[in-house]
Amino acid sequence: MSDLRELYQEVILDHNKHPRNFREIDGADRHADGHNPLCGDRLAVYVNLDGDVIADVSFLGSGCAISKASASLMTDAVCGKTLAEAQQLFREFHRMVTDNDASVDNGLLGKLAVLAGVRNYPIRVKCASLAWHTLRAACDDTHQFVTTESRSS
Amino acid sequence: MSIPTQASPAALDVDRIRQDFPILKRLVHGEPLVYLDSAATTQKPQSVLDTLSRYYSNGNANIHRGVYLLSEEATAAYDAARKKVQHFINARALCEIVFTRNSTESINLVAQSFGRQNIGPADEILITHMEHHSNIVPWQLLCEQTNARLCVAPIDDNGELLMDEFEKLLGPKTKLVAVVHLSNSLGTINPVREIIGLAHRRGVPVLIDGSQAAYHMPVDVQALDCDFYAFTGHKLYGPTGIGVLYGRETLLEAMPPYQGGGDMIRSVTFEKTTYAELPAKFEAGTPHIAGAVGLGTAVDYITGIGFEKIAAHEKDLLEYGTAAISEVPGLRIIGTARNKASILAFVLKGVHPHDVGTIVDMEGVSIRTGHHCTQPIMDRFGVPATARASVAMYNTRAELDALVRSLRLVRETFPI
Repeated sequence: MSDLRELYQEVILDHNKHPRNFREIDGADRHADGHNPLCGDRLAVYVNLDGDVIADVSFLGSGCAISKASASLMTDAVCGKTLAEAQQLFREFHRMVTDNDASVDNGLLGKLAVLAGVRNYPIRVKCASLAWHTLRAACDDTHQFVTTESRSS
Repeated sequence: MSIPTQASPAALDVDRIRQDFPILKRLVHGEPLVYLDSAATTQKPQSVLDTLSRYYSNGNANIHRGVYLLSEEATAAYDAARKKVQHFINARALCEIVFTRNSTESINLVAQSFGRQNIGPADEILITHMEHHSNIVPWQLLCEQTNARLCVAPIDDNGELLMDEFEKLLGPKTKLVAVVHLSNSLGTINPVREIIGLAHRRGVPVLIDGSQAAYHMPVDVQALDCDFYAFTGHKLYGPTGIGVLYGRETLLEAMPPYQGGGDMIRSVTFEKTTYAELPAKFEAGTPHIAGAVGLGTAVDYITGIGFEKIAAHEKDLLEYGTAAISEVPGLRIIGTARNKASILAFVLKGVHPHDVGTIVDMEGVSIRTGHHCTQPIMDRFGVPATARASVAMYNTRAELDALVRSLRLVRETFPI
């Protein structure tokens, strides 16, 4: 039971049920699509930039509670941040969900820390990180189609 | 909580069966393992494990051409396994049993050998909407190579093949029919005898994908009158990496080799190579000898129990499980064919199947979640994925109760 509550925390369940910024940005400056072919999760991330600041960010897509909540929390977390700050946040987030020994920097990660439980479920790490990979592709403006099964990931 | 399974004298002694499967004693996340993913792969009885261990510790040598005792023993064991498989599916001749890696390779063999020889531009290959990717993609590859066309017979909302539509698609250009015997994501048992009859009346050969069927029901390839029957060892309580292609002798005889290499030749010169007799012609290179021998033991194990008992037990489990999970609020079963076996696929309203899979796993319940290598079926039923429990001879009603308990936990975590 405690494992269950640790993974599916109230914040995650809430963001799954009521995802924030769950919309398309018409004529977005940046946009990328992400896909996890192993489970079929698909999402699109839209970004509007003001210089190098993320002025608006949103997502659309379908997936499990972990991937949807992660995308929702991400959009809240990176809005108003510079691209460099968002990149740093991704690095810290990725460390949190993949490195069992990593201490969680609550100050930096804020609400994102609720996804720390994912590290105990290696198969679900891709669910939590798909939105972030997609955001990075959008910000890099590579127009790449992101897949969790690409060689580099 | 647990309700004893039926106790007629002819019933399967499931407690005794469970003793034969050592893995069923292990714990998962501190809970007893409830293994409900046999449609992906079955667990292995001790006799199969012992065979593998004995083969490698006492009998390992390469087969054919060795003049020493060990090689002769290994060759005899490999040939004996083929004989067991022949009897298991009642093939007329021993040479009709070709060992492959799995069902996928069996189907690819037919596509690339029979297909490239007999199927040309504008010809048609007829499959159904409920095929596993392994009975779709090999034909798509063939179609790309030959400009043939892949035709797909539709299914209804219960997951049953629409036979009249199937018959309409069976036209003068149809050169091969390839149909799954028992659907891995719906549980539907197709009327393969009728399908084969319809095709044969038009002179069209039929391949049956028996991956799921072969461990749930007796398969008699002569009674079915199929031309090819593909199945795999690891779903048959045997090792991974060993599969079977049954092919009608006259067809196999006329087909060119699938792969070239050692063991499949009669003589080789740089000018000309002649090929070995069946089935060696289709078994290039050192085969999975231990796997074949292990499969032989698995076949013995199943035969020793008998499909009559196995099928009756699994039917009881499917009926019990269907009724039990239907009580979970917001649960919709995907695949409600009148004639089905083993498979309980479902979606829970408001919960993604992967969250279902993770939560029930915390309770020790192993089920599969995803598209089950049948993406067209997911599209047909308008779901991104399903959760799938599948039963085999070693499962019990108590385990299905555990599944339902764990699904209620999912429901509590994700209220409607």
